[in-house]
Amino acid sequence: MARPGKLPSNILALGATSAIAEATLRLFAARGGRFYLVARNPDKLAAVAADLKTRGASSVMTHVMDLDDTAAHPAMLEAAAESLGTIEMALLAHGMLGDQEQAEKSYLAAEAILGTNFMAPVSLITWLANYFAGLHSGTLAVISSVAGDRGRKSNYVYGTSKGALNIFVDGVRNRIDRAGVHVLTIKPGFVATPMTAHLPQGPLFAQPSKVAAGIFRAIEKRKDVVYVPAFWALIMLIIRMIPRRIFKKLNI
Amino acid sequence: MARSSLRPRFESWGRYPVLHADLWPLNWGGDFPLRNGPATRLLPVGAGRSYGDVCLLENGTLLPTRGPGISGGMDRFISFNVESGVLRCEAGVTLAEILDFAVPRGFFLPVTPGTKYVTVGGAIANDIHGKNHHVAGTFGRHVPCFELVRSDGARILCSPEHNAEWYSATIGGMGLTGLITWAEVRLRPIVSRKIQYTGIKFNGIEEFIALSQASTQIEYTVAWIDCVSTGKNFARGIYMQGDHSPDPAPLIPSKTPWLVFPIDLPELALNRHSIGIFNTLYYNKQLSKRTTGFVDYEPFFYPLDKVLRWNRMYGKSGLLQFQNVLPHEGGREGMTEILKAITASGLASFLAVIKVFGDVSSPGMMSFPAPGITLALDFPIRAEISFELLERLACITLEHGGRMYPAKDARMTAAQFQAFYPQWKDFSRFIDPAFDSAFWQRVTK
Repeated sequence: MARPGKLPSNILALGATSAIAEATLRLFAARGGRFYLVARNPDKLAAVAADLKTRGASSVMTHVMDLDDTAAHPAMLEAAAESLGTIEMALLAHGMLGDQEQAEKSYLAAEAILGTNFMAPVSLITWLANYFAGLHSGTLAVISSVAGDRGRKSNYVYGTSKGALNIFVDGVRNRIDRAGVHVLTIKPGFVATPMTAHLPQGPLFAQPSKVAAGIFRAIEKRKDVVYVPAFWALIMLIIRMIPRRIFKKLNI
Repeated sequence: MARSSLRPRFESWGRYPVLHADLWPLNWGGDFPLRNGPATRLLPVGAGRSYGDVCLLENGTLLPTRGPGISGGMDRFISFNVESGVLRCEAGVTLAEILDFAVPRGFFLPVTPGTKYVTVGGAIANDIHGKNHHVAGTFGRHVPCFELVRSDGARILCSPEHNAEWYSATIGGMGLTGLITWAEVRLRPIVSRKIQYTGIKFNGIEEFIALSQASTQIEYTVAWIDCVSTGKNFARGIYMQGDHSPDPAPLIPSKTPWLVFPIDLPELALNRHSIGIFNTLYYNKQLSKRTTGFVDYEPFFYPLDKVLRWNRMYGKSGLLQFQNVLPHEGGREGMTEILKAITASGLASFLAVIKVFGDVSSPGMMSFPAPGITLALDFPIRAEISFELLERLACITLEHGGRMYPAKDARMTAAQFQAFYPQWKDFSRFIDPAFDSAFWQRVTK
């Protein structure tokens, strides 16, 4: 199962200003990685680039774009491949939590969540899967969520986007693992990030640095799916096992 | 606003007082000024490791650049110049993170307090000091420049050359002059993690001062002092000296501590008997009058950081810190008076530290350190006894022309503060109109 290889150093980060991406990239920067960072906000992107450079990255290139714009994906990805020489790892980290209540009332709100969290990754992964399969190497690391494991009333639109993404990534893995490509599904639990700053934070919340350490180990060990922090594997196992006739009555 | 009573409770590291405030975490340099911000007063905070109420604001909104329970915060490095040792970073970076970064590269903090879990922004705002004050001065002296952002959106680049009055008001300005978004810190080179250490037992203030006068060439000096014993053991202690080892040795990063103080101890756990026993053990741990050796910098600088959340040792009611400085003139008499007042009160201080500050001037308008003898203590909170004792210590400090440290205070009165810091009125011109703190309200209103 695990085939430990050399860690990737030429890294494409999509949604590079997300707290989890940033914390993960720091671990690769300390090892002298080369980065191509893509994000929407130029000021934040510049701050992340300077940080990685200071921490030891041997080069950092930035690309400002809105990743919801799928038509612009191929040009961006080609530019990344050209700049890095070879993309050795792509980390997909862009996403939005959205407003569940709004998404229940309005299809447009739901569509926005699905577009950002599912359709845009499908576009990126399609290109990247073919790219890595052609190279017979590479790591495709996709940040999903524990919310994709089961639909719950408190966030099922977000959960659907991540659940759909999980199935898509599973299928891609099944197709290109045999070509030597490592496909990793990352399922973080509650992480203290700007995306969740408005939620009351209990003991289940983890710091991005802790989540990043788990992601780093999963990349190193070429895992297929990783729950970060690891205790979420157990929580989600229990949640998935609750019989539907009971589950439908729960407030979770 | 009507919801004030619903606001979450916040406490500083001393856990006293506990005040209510909303939280508005800052993650990026551009997050301030706030867009659609609250109607309340604001106060930026770092890691919340000061002791009293300088980092609190009742019914206000705290703007943490860092801290537990919030996201990564403003924790980015911006640049590092290997030749000059100047690191530029966001204000929420902690000194621990600077050490993790700098030590393997052969650099060390220019000045460090007794904990590494403070932020750069907090270190500037309180113009902190360390065991090398007599040679290096305060932290602010090693900050070539920083950016100050005001609530009206003005971004002020501050250095001794540019906007010098803003520079001087913000260093030691307790976060009131605006938000520090990033700062430069001039690191110093090292070749080893090791500290060449000497511990010397002393008996009484006279001997402590003689040792201090004989140690001016040593970079780090501080003394632990026994504030419980009376009679022949009165004011006994251990004088500690340290220099960075000149012998090159591997500069490996520190390990993350795993020990967390698990529970709030009952309030009575720390009393003069338990502390008295601790003091006797601690004093006698070192058998000979003088010991020397090499120790790692972690236990030398940060003995308490080994146990995360050590403030729980004092129980839920928390602790009161006290730190003052008395000028050399009359200082030893004043300190003796203070130590006598403490032993007479029946209260015991667990962590009592005494040091001679140097003559290096502080860059901040409101900086605490001044030439003289400084004493830092902490007391468990015991009904009226602790407050009465602190009041007594403040009076002795005032009588001897000394001053107290706002970052370690929860009790000084407005009259005392204004006597300690007569420049406070001049300073208040620089306060951001949207900013306020519980400390400032207490000492000026």
